[in-house]
Amino acid sequence: MFLEMHRDELELEIWQRLDLVTDPELDEPITDMGFVERVDVNTDSNLVEVEFRLPTYWCSPNFAFLMAFDIRHEIGKLSWVHKIKVTLNDHCFADRVNDGVNGGKDFIEVFSEYCNGDDLNSIRVKFLEKAFVRRQETVLLGLEASGFSGPRIVSMTLAQLDAIDFAGGEEEKQKPRYRELLLSQGLAKTSDDPAFVTWEGEQLTAAGLRDYLAQLRGVRINMEFNGALCRGLQSTRYKEVEIGEDGPTLIDFIQNRVPPRVSEARN
Amino acid sequence: MFRTKDGKEIFVVDGHTHFWDGSPENQSNVHGKQFIDCFYAYHTNLSPPEQLWEKARFEKYSEDDVYRDLFIDGPDDVAIIQSTYLKDFYKNGFSSIERSSTMASRHPERFIVNGSFDPRDGEKALEYIHYMKENFDIQGVKMYTAEWNGESKGWALNDPAAYKCFELCDKLGIKNIHVHKGPTIIPLSMDAFDVRDVDYAATDFQNLNWIIEHCGLPRLDDFCWIATQETNVYGGLAVAMPFIFSRPRYFGEMMAELLFWIGEDKILFGSDYAIWTPQWLVEQFWEYQIPEDIAKERGVQLTDEIKEKILGLNAAALYDIDVEAKKAQLSASPVQIAAE
Repeated sequence: MFLEMHRDELELEIWQRLDLVTDPELDEPITDMGFVERVDVNTDSNLVEVEFRLPTYWCSPNFAFLMAFDIRHEIGKLSWVHKIKVTLNDHCFADRVNDGVNGGKDFIEVFSEYCNGDDLNSIRVKFLEKAFVRRQETVLLGLEASGFSGPRIVSMTLAQLDAIDFAGGEEEKQKPRYRELLLSQGLAKTSDDPAFVTWEGEQLTAAGLRDYLAQLRGVRINMEFNGALCRGLQSTRYKEVEIGEDGPTLIDFIQNRVPPRVSEARN
Repeated sequence: MFRTKDGKEIFVVDGHTHFWDGSPENQSNVHGKQFIDCFYAYHTNLSPPEQLWEKARFEKYSEDDVYRDLFIDGPDDVAIIQSTYLKDFYKNGFSSIERSSTMASRHPERFIVNGSFDPRDGEKALEYIHYMKENFDIQGVKMYTAEWNGESKGWALNDPAAYKCFELCDKLGIKNIHVHKGPTIIPLSMDAFDVRDVDYAATDFQNLNWIIEHCGLPRLDDFCWIATQETNVYGGLAVAMPFIFSRPRYFGEMMAELLFWIGEDKILFGSDYAIWTPQWLVEQFWEYQIPEDIAKERGVQLTDEIKEKILGLNAAALYDIDVEAKKAQLSASPVQIAAE
């Protein structure tokens, strides 16, 4: 009984770390997206196993690599964890991702094998910028909807933003996430700094706010396309249609849920 | 032909359709299975429930199915069949110009069959372009930049080998290049859906029309920027269309961006049949209006006149279809409903 409780607590800790891993393209936690399918803690050896699956076999392998390594990195921060095994299932690059993430090499080393010696940093930065834009747009639109004028928004300090209570909605969820990126990227350092700057660190102007928001919207439209597709494809993967008396319905094909992995997957 | 509630006849060119064989018998390996499974997930995820197909039918449908779904139940006047070979995944190809042309030969007035080639095949690709022109007189090709070919897991439109092929297309009058950006796998440092290669190719081949399927999504912003700079870049609505049903407000945002940036003359309807059927897509599109607040922000709206362009007139211009003559030809040979 004690052991069981203990294991539950440890698993909860793992899930909390996994909440911090995001799909770089969507800027959504992989746990919210339903990508993580199994977490197992072996309390004898302090081995943690995590299995995850993406919405399709063809999802971008570079992001699969990033997520796998981020999982390892986040769980590795827990001092009681001695060994981690991360497994990506049913993906065209699964074998190489799994070998890479569990092989003990660091990320850059594994990655450079598949990128002509290049590294992945530029892609990471590119998608960090998209995440920044999306979080910022949500907060800006939230402020507009709460009646804040353009001049007030662009002159707002971080302390003033902190004091605003959105009382629910997506803007409440994104505010701390936006704040976190603002600080981690050095775009604001003290609470007297402006709360809203561009990714390049330029101050927004009231006159330019509409154009700026239109730019941000363009980025969001892309991310939403991905998000909607990924959620949808995730929900229908391994389901099939059966046509009954009342017309077509979507049903689970549990038995055939995991297709056989054959040797061609290595080609 | 689509008839509006007021009885107006709208000419429909379906710019993106397929005649594929994804059946288990034709699959070479797990990749072939996963490819059709992925298409099927698109179908099940984004179709209205009453439009869902059973898997076996989706994997391989018949010539009669195509005719019925597009022209009898569906409103298409002309359908452009695209070729996607995927030779590494399917024994006889996912589709092939021979199989599609045989199907189309039953009703040649209703089909335009496009070819495909893989620039990584080098000299063979050039020979193949000649073969397609001579035997099938193709006007266009479909390029799939994420196709696997041995060790290579993707290519770019501005690769030198691709430029040789486009030079030949230009010379032979194969002027419509449909581009499908998919996830390029290696090098991993590349953003898989990057559309910037379109910019280079479109600048360097001004005589060719570059129709970017699914409007470069999920890189719509980059695509819009390129398409506004280049007069010969068009956006195909395949895959974007079904969002009209599942996420109508979001569909409005996409349409507003496209109309604002690239304009009403450069957007082409495509059902992506058999992932979706054109009947419900066209019906819903005709009834659709961009939500007021989005339309106001961008100063655009989908008027009847604009919808007519998107549904058929724009593609007709690219493929030299004389709309009045085609209407007369088709009304002289109305759709035949096969005896059951």
